[in-house]
Amino acid sequence: MAQPHFPTAPHPAEDDFERDLHTEHQLLNMGPSHPATHGTVKFLVELDGENIVNIDVQVGYLHRGFEKECEAGTWYQAIPYTDRLNYNSAVLANLGFCMAVEKLLGIETPERCQWLRVLAGEISRLGDHLTRCGAACLELQAMTPFLYGIEARELTWDHLEMLCGARVTSNYIRIGGVKHGMPPDFPTSCRAFIAKTRELLRDFDDVVTSNRIFVDRLQGTGVIDRATCIKYGVTGPILRSTGEPLDLRKQEPYLVYDQIDFDVPVGTVGDNYDRYLVCVEEMHQTLRIVEQCLAKLEELGPGPVNVSDPRVRWPAKGRVFNHMEELIQQFKAVTEGPRVPAGEGYTAIESANGELGFYLVSDGSAVPVKVRCRPPSFINLAPMSEMLKGAMLADLIPTFDFINMIGGECDR
Amino acid sequence: MEDHGVPALRRLLATLPDAVASTHARLGDATAVVAAARLVDAMRFLRDDKALAFDMLSDVCAVDYLPRKPRFEVVYHLYSVAKNHRLRVKVLVNEDAPSVPSVVSLWPSANWMEREVWDLYGIRFDGHPDLRRILLYDEFEGHPLRKDYPKERRQPLVGPRN
Repeated sequence: MAQPHFPTAPHPAEDDFERDLHTEHQLLNMGPSHPATHGTVKFLVELDGENIVNIDVQVGYLHRGFEKECEAGTWYQAIPYTDRLNYNSAVLANLGFCMAVEKLLGIETPERCQWLRVLAGEISRLGDHLTRCGAACLELQAMTPFLYGIEARELTWDHLEMLCGARVTSNYIRIGGVKHGMPPDFPTSCRAFIAKTRELLRDFDDVVTSNRIFVDRLQGTGVIDRATCIKYGVTGPILRSTGEPLDLRKQEPYLVYDQIDFDVPVGTVGDNYDRYLVCVEEMHQTLRIVEQCLAKLEELGPGPVNVSDPRVRWPAKGRVFNHMEELIQQFKAVTEGPRVPAGEGYTAIESANGELGFYLVSDGSAVPVKVRCRPPSFINLAPMSEMLKGAMLADLIPTFDFINMIGGECDR
Repeated sequence: MEDHGVPALRRLLATLPDAVASTHARLGDATAVVAAARLVDAMRFLRDDKALAFDMLSDVCAVDYLPRKPRFEVVYHLYSVAKNHRLRVKVLVNEDAPSVPSVVSLWPSANWMEREVWDLYGIRFDGHPDLRRILLYDEFEGHPLRKDYPKERRQPLVGPRN
């Protein structure tokens, strides 16, 4: 009798298990307003599982036409716009712009003014680094160090207010000088602030620097090497974290940086942890610079903080009210603004993020032809995709934090 | 042509004399105006020459000199990390169909900066791998940093696209 024939399910062949299933890359939109990033920027992330294949970084959400606005007003009217570039360290942007205009005018500022500029600029830089490190901790779920950082940043802003009259958008540096000198109680208050900031930095250090979770999130992530940094034009703490001691305060000393004793910290690996360490050490160096500025300014005593150049500074009020020539001069200075000799010039300073350059073109009139800002945030952000190829999606957060892209400066 | 005592200009003039149209060193900024057709050659020389070693392209921007002819200038700022010196290279660009050879193949930093110049001035970069708008959105009409673009002009508001 013939056995009934039951069709059997085909036995799966060995290689069937090893056959590739059809998978494809996933596109993930992060931003432009994402809770784990600060700054308005969109990442279109191409993911293979949880690994990053490519990132299309889309900037421009904060584009306000900085250059176009500058070309519509006088040279003086551009200074408040520079406040709004990197709003974490507004004084440094003021400084870069004013130094570039002074280069076209051929003005040398008085010594007291230069020390004041360094003082205000360094307090501003301190605030920028505190924000970067504090916000990075917050975005890695650590609330306490963020509060230490923000407490110290409040102190920097209080002292900027004492010095400049405003906390954030300080508008302190003027063409040919500064708005005014130090108030008499500033040095005492500032020394107390330096001591308190050192204490807060120590607390910050205790909580974070050797914290296992923090170290694991940062070490070996967002790695970039020196050669890649240089070909992408990356400067500032990111370049220094790769071991290249490029700091324009040392390389092309401007103002009085050649008379100040400070060190340039560098990293070795070029990962996020090195960037963090470089930033923290830079804050300690900045405090040293501020102390030296205070000592020097006390030694110099009261005196002029502006050039006495009638092209850019107003005459003394007593003379304006009593003399016809000075009255006319002030009238013209207010209604027309200073005329800047025709020419072009590029001036670069070391901002908190790297080389902040201003390329200015004048045709000899009171209105600029071109105000180009070389924004370190924009240029440092460009290799982000390169830094994160093959990394986990979670590594994007600390890497973006330590690139410290500031929307106002990146998008202008 | 004069080198104004600047080593970078001297070497550039000695090696590629036909590429340089003029030079100046006013306010201490050494500047060479280079013919657009020879830009990539000149830039490659400046980058690879051992004595100059301009390894970093700091900045690329454009200037609109309306009504001058040629109307635009594209300005490159070079910096040498190894030698700590700077050079400005400029290219003159005509108004009709403005374009310049891209230097992305020499320095990847040019990628975003050339996109920005294209976005704001409408100057094309031949050979750029991905010439899209960068600061503005695709629907934006015109190039706002041109001097003939009115500052008050309104543009359509466009919602998010995915």
